[in-house]
Amino acid sequence: MDDGAVQPAHSFRIETAGRASRGAWAAAALGILLTLVLLPAFAGRNIIQDLIFLFYMLALAQCWNLLAGYAGLISVGQQTFVGFGGYLLFALSLLGGINPMLAIPIAGLISAIFALPTALVVFRLRGAYFAIGTWVMAEVYRLVFAQFKSLGGGTGTSLSPSVTSAMPGIEWVRTLLDVRTPVARDIISYWVALALMVGTLVFVYLVLRSRRGLALGAIRDHEAAAAGLGVDIYRTKLAVYIATAAVTGMVGALIYLQKARISPDAAFSVLDWTAYVIFIVVIGGIGTMEGPVIGAVIFYLMQRYLADFGAWYLILLGVLGIQIMLFAPRGLWGFIAERYDLTVLPTRRLLIVTPKNRNQSKK
Amino acid sequence: MTDWLNALVQGILLGGLYALFAAGLSLIFGVMRLVNLAHGDLIVLAAFAILFLAAKLGLDPFVAVLVALPILFVTGLALQYVLLNRTLGRDLLPPLLVTFGLSIIIQNGLLEIFSADSQRLRSGAIETASFALGGGVAVGVIPVLTLLSAVAAIVFLNLIFYHTPLGRAFRATSDDLEAAQLMGIDVSRIFAMAMGLAFVVIAIAALYLGLRANFDPSIGPARLLYAFEAVIIGGLGSFWGTLAGGIVLGLAQTIGAQFDPEWQILSGHLAFLVVLVLRPRGLFPRVLD
Repeated sequence: MDDGAVQPAHSFRIETAGRASRGAWAAAALGILLTLVLLPAFAGRNIIQDLIFLFYMLALAQCWNLLAGYAGLISVGQQTFVGFGGYLLFALSLLGGINPMLAIPIAGLISAIFALPTALVVFRLRGAYFAIGTWVMAEVYRLVFAQFKSLGGGTGTSLSPSVTSAMPGIEWVRTLLDVRTPVARDIISYWVALALMVGTLVFVYLVLRSRRGLALGAIRDHEAAAAGLGVDIYRTKLAVYIATAAVTGMVGALIYLQKARISPDAAFSVLDWTAYVIFIVVIGGIGTMEGPVIGAVIFYLMQRYLADFGAWYLILLGVLGIQIMLFAPRGLWGFIAERYDLTVLPTRRLLIVTPKNRNQSKK
Repeated sequence: MTDWLNALVQGILLGGLYALFAAGLSLIFGVMRLVNLAHGDLIVLAAFAILFLAAKLGLDPFVAVLVALPILFVTGLALQYVLLNRTLGRDLLPPLLVTFGLSIIIQNGLLEIFSADSQRLRSGAIETASFALGGGVAVGVIPVLTLLSAVAAIVFLNLIFYHTPLGRAFRATSDDLEAAQLMGIDVSRIFAMAMGLAFVVIAIAALYLGLRANFDPSIGPARLLYAFEAVIIGGLGSFWGTLAGGIVLGLAQTIGAQFDPEWQILSGHLAFLVVLVLRPRGLFPRVLD
C-alpha cells in the first residue's frame, strides 16, 4: 500500500508577511509617525501646510486605489464626495453651529449615507461607462449645491473666523508652542490630516488583509473567476464604494476647513480631486498600497516645483501618466517590487509548501 | 403655451447637436469597446482647427470644415495607430486612463495656443437667420441644419456599417474580435479606420458647436458627458437610438430651462439618471454589453 498516494505529501500554510522582517518595518513606521506628530514643534508654517496637502492627497489616493486598483471600480467622480464633504462641513458649522472638528466625522457619515443611493444608480453602468457615470453624478452634485443660496450659490462662500477658530486645542497649541492663532489652526489641521491619512492607511491595510480583502484581490485579478468561487461581487463593490465615500467625505471636509472658502466649481473639480489622484496612483503603482505613497510624494514635489508652469505642467502630467500606463502599467512601485522582491505592507498571501517526508516523496 | 411649444421645438433641434456629439462616441464604442474620455476635448480641438483654418485661409466655416475633414481623418487614424491600439486589451484601465490623460493634454495645449478666450465660428447672415413655423414659433437656420446633418451623419454611418465591406469588418470585430482576426481582418487597421471615421463625425459636430455658441478650451468634458448621456439614453449599439437619446437629452434641457434657466444642464443630467434607473439598457437597446 502506498501511503504517499493517500496522504498528501506536502503540508500547506498561508502567510501574508513579505520577505522583509516585520519588526523592523513596524519600528520604522512608528518612528516616522512619531516624528510627524512632533514635527510642528520644529517645522515652519510652510512645511506644515505642504504636508497637510500631501496627507490629504495621499488619503484620497489610497481610497481611489482601493476602488480602481482592487474593486475594479474605475471612478472619475470621486470629486463628488470631496465636494459633498466640504459643503457638509460648511453647512454644519456655518448654518448648524456645530464645531468643525465634530463636523468632519459627521460629514463622513452623511457622505456614506448618500453614497448608497448614488451607488445604486451608477452601479447600473459597467466598466468604462461606470467611469463616466460617476462623473455625471459629480456634475449633478455640483449643480445641486450651486442652487443653495444659503451656501453662496454658484459663487460659493467663506467660513467666518469665529468658525475656524472654534476648533478645540487652538489655545493649547498657542501657549504650548508660542505661535499665533492662524499658525495654531494650521497645526491642528495638520494633526487632523495626519490622523486621517494614517487612519486611511490602516483601514485600507486591514481591509486588504481581511477575508474581504482576499475577495477584492480576486476581483482585481479576474472578476468572473472570483464570482465563480463564490465572491459576492456586487456587495463587495458596494461596501468598498460606500467606505471610500465616507473617507473621501471626511477628507473633503478637512480640505475645505483648511481652505476656509468653498465654491461649487472648486469643490467638485475633476482635475483637483480625481485627475491628480489618478496620476498619483498610476505613477506610484496601482493595485499596491505602497504605490500611492510613492506617487503622492512625487506628485507633491512636482506640484511644488513645477506648478508655476501652469498649462505646461498639466500637459507634462498627462504625458507622464500616458507613458507610465503604456510602458510600465504597474507604476514605480511595481517596478521596484518586482526587481527587489520587496514588500513593505504585505497584503499578498503566499502559499508555503513544505514536504512532509523527503524519503517518501523521493520514491 | 407658445413658450412650451417653442421649448419642445428647440429641444428637438438641440438634440441634433447632442446626437452629433454622441455619434462618434457610439461608433468607437461599437467597433472597439473603447470609451474615449477625450471625446469632448477632441470636438473642441476640431472646432479650434476649423477656426484656425477659416481665419488663416479666409474661408467660411462651412468651407473650412471641408479642408479640416481630411486632416482630422488622418489625425484620427494616426491617434489610433500610434497610441490607442496599444491600450486595448482585456484590462479596462489603460484605455480609460490614456484617454483621460489625452483629455488633459488637449485642454491645456489649446489653452496654451489659443488662450482661455471664448471663440465663435463666424459665417455671416446665416448665423442669425431664422424662419417662422407658425404658432409664434421660429427656428434658426443653423439649428435646423444641425439636426439635418445629424440625421445625414447617421444615415451615412448606417450605410457604411451595413452596406460596405468596411462595415462588415466593423461589425465582425465588434461581434467577436478573435474570430474576426482568424478570418484575416487586420484589426488595428479596422480600428484606425473607425477612429478616422469618428473624427469625420467629430469635425461636423465641431462645426455646429462653434456656429451655435461660444466655445473655449475648457468645455470639452461637458460635451463628453452630453454625448455619453445621449448614447446611454438611446441604448448601446444603435445609431438611430443615439439620435433619439440626443433628442431626449435636448428636450429635457430646454424643458428644464423653461422652469428656471439655471436648471437646464441639471435637468438633462436628471433625465439621464431617470432613464438609467428605469431602463438601464436605454430606450432602444441593440447589443448586449
